Amino acid sequence: MHEFSIVSSLLEMCEKNAKQNDAKKITKVEVKIGKLSGVEPHLLKTAFETFKEKTICDGAEFVMHIQDLVIRCNTCNSESTLEKNEFCCPTCKGNDVSVIDGEEMYLMRLEME
Amino acid sequence: MCKDCGCSIEHGQHSHDHHHHDHHANPQLNDKKTIEVIAKILDANDKEANHNREHFEEHGVLAINLMSSPGSGKTTLLEATIDTKEIKLGVIEGDLETNQDADRIIAKGAPAHQISTGQACHLDAFMVHDGLHHLPIDGLDVVFIENVGNLVCPASYDVGAHLNIVLLSVPEGDDKPAKYPVMFRSADLLLITKCDLLPYFDFSVEKATKEARKLNPKVDIIEIDSKSGKGIDKWISYLKMKKSLR
Repeated sequence: MHEFSIVSSLLEMCEKNAKQNDAKKITKVEVKIGKLSGVEPHLLKTAFETFKEKTICDGAEFVMHIQDLVIRCNTCNSESTLEKNEFCCPTCKGNDVSVIDGEEMYLMRLEME
Repeated sequence: MCKDCGCSIEHGQHSHDHHHHDHHANPQLNDKKTIEVIAKILDANDKEANHNREHFEEHGVLAINLMSSPGSGKTTLLEATIDTKEIKLGVIEGDLETNQDADRIIAKGAPAHQISTGQACHLDAFMVHDGLHHLPIDGLDVVFIENVGNLVCPASYDVGAHLNIVLLSVPEGDDKPAKYPVMFRSADLLLITKCDLLPYFDFSVEKATKEARKLNPKVDIIEIDSKSGKGIDKWISYLKMKKSLR
């Protein structure tokens, strides 16, 4: 249950961006949540809806894009989306792979006024 | 510890990426505006983690983030490591309550500082930074950051260590890697602890190994038992080798 900690980091980023853009309020927050980022999306949403009150994000819509796990194979160079948490290349079966997406949480876009 | 970064003054001021918008402020927004941010939500933590790593590097200290479920033997492993007298180590302990773990380390003769996280289920880079201000690290080989016992939350936070080491004790079961993929994926080394209990539990080292390597094909694995001393020699060699590379 570290979703509250993540939301408080997110709210700090929103405050900072609003200030830089002289915005009075944020109306929409879009995030990208990797499937293997270690955070549970519905708990994150609940945490955001709870803690946004009386912040710059009060009333803001929260949009989550859930990002699949995408890897690049360092052997055959192909890119694949993984269905299971098995870090091997579906094309050549090699296991020297790099994760390109799906392990991180990003703030992508803010709508403000 | 921190000479000139001003970190003892205020949190989150290390990045030095100050924006100077004040000098040419825009008129207040009248219309809606959408901006593309594209930044990691834990960006501030990651910067602080890099700052911690710089401190370790300045002192030539190897930093290890030790993670596992509660009760899998993190503190006992550290006690056994101190007893070998082969490694000079210090410990930052994270627990919700009590100083018991730090007291155990100090009783063995090594420096330790306890962070009581209250209700927080993990350590983050800021807490570790605070802890570092209380731990003399000059002359140490390794600083262990003993994270809050939890197989979920600590995995999301870079605390500024060089290595993540995850313990899986035999009584917990060999299904844990598959159940907690983010944690076991983060491991550079997996320690299968309480190995002397293998005859009494349906724990397959082979299965645990296979599952862990599905998540992280490069993970190293040592079977260890802190009480009997099994695997301790391998563990000490590992620490010495990793320390020699820092």
